[in-house]
Amino acid sequence: MNPTDLVDKGRLRDDVPPFSPGDNVKVHVRVVEGTRERIQVFQGDVIARRGDGIRESFTVRKVSFGVGVERTFPVHSPVIARIEVARTGDVRRAKLYYLRERSGKAAKIKEKRAAR
Amino acid sequence: MATTAIVGEKVGMTQVWDDQNRAVPVTVVKVPPVRVVQVKTVDRDGYAALQVTFGTVKPSRLTKPEAGHFARAGVEAGRRLVELRLDDVSGFEVGQELTVGQLVAGQRVDVTGVSRGKGFTGVMRRHNFKGQGAGHGNHKKHRAPGAIGACATPARVFKGMRMAGQTGAQKVTTLNLEVVESDGERDLLLVRGAVPGPSGGMLLIRDAVKAKK
Repeated sequence: MNPTDLVDKGRLRDDVPPFSPGDNVKVHVRVVEGTRERIQVFQGDVIARRGDGIRESFTVRKVSFGVGVERTFPVHSPVIARIEVARTGDVRRAKLYYLRERSGKAAKIKEKRAAR
Repeated sequence: MATTAIVGEKVGMTQVWDDQNRAVPVTVVKVPPVRVVQVKTVDRDGYAALQVTFGTVKPSRLTKPEAGHFARAGVEAGRRLVELRLDDVSGFEVGQELTVGQLVAGQRVDVTGVSRGKGFTGVMRRHNFKGQGAGHGNHKKHRAPGAIGACATPARVFKGMRMAGQTGAQKVTTLNLEVVESDGERDLLLVRGAVPGPSGGMLLIRDAVKAKK
C-alpha cells in the first residue's frame, strides 16, 4: 500500500468493467460544448493498458475514414461516463503497437471464445 | 511575514480530478494538530513567533530542561520544537491547538523544506555548466568548468565563482503553491505541484508572501 492511497481511495471509480488489451470497447466520453454536456462514444480496440492506481490509463485505437485514431484515457477519469466491453480479443501481447503498421484484414484481432 | 503558518510531513505525490475533470498533480502533506508551547512577543523576545510542538515522544527521550519547558507550559511533549514567525501573535495563547483547518482550498502558500542531498557534485550537475567538448584533443577534462579567472589582472579568483561542491540538503522554499484541499478530518493538506525534500521530510507551510490579490 502506498502512503498516498488514502487520498486516492475516494477518487477511484468502482464501475470499471474488467477489460484488457485486445478487447474492443465503447468508451462513453463526456463532451462539454459551451454550457451543454453530451455523451460521445469512442469505439475501438484497447492496444495498451499502463500504470496502476489513480494514474492507470489505457489507449484505444480505431480506424476512422481510413485514418488511424488513438485516444488515451485515464481509467478513473470522471470524463468517462461509462466503459462497455463490446468484444474480448485473443492476443498474446500486452501492448499491441504492431497494429499501427498493419491495415485491413491484417489489423484484425481474433475474438476470444469462452472456454467450452 | 506570514499571518498563518503550520508544520507538516510530506507523504508523497499523487493526482486528483478538478471540477473540469482535469488531472491536477498534488503533494500530500500530513498536518497533525500542533500545540503552542510558548508565545514570543516583540516586547519580551524582540520578535513575534509561536513556539509549537507536534506528535508524541517517549518521556525517557526528553532531557530534563526539555521536560521542564513542556511541563511549565502544561503541554504534552512532542517530537520537535518549531518556531513559527508571525506578524501578530496577540490572538494566540499557550496550550492552544492549531490545525490544518486554518488553511482553505484556493489559498496560496509557500512551502519550506530541506531538499534531497545529492552529495559533492561537479559543476555540470550543480550549476548546469555545459562542460567541454568530446573531441579536438580534449584529454580528461570533459566535465571540467574551464577557466575560472584571468591572469595578472585581477590576479585572483572572484568571490562567488561557481564551482563543484555539496549539492542539495539545503533549505529550499517553493513559493505560491495553491492549496487544492484541506482535510481537517484526516489532517491532510493537498498542495498543487511539488515541494522540496523527500517523503517523510518536515515542511513549514506559510501563507504566500507574493500572492496575487
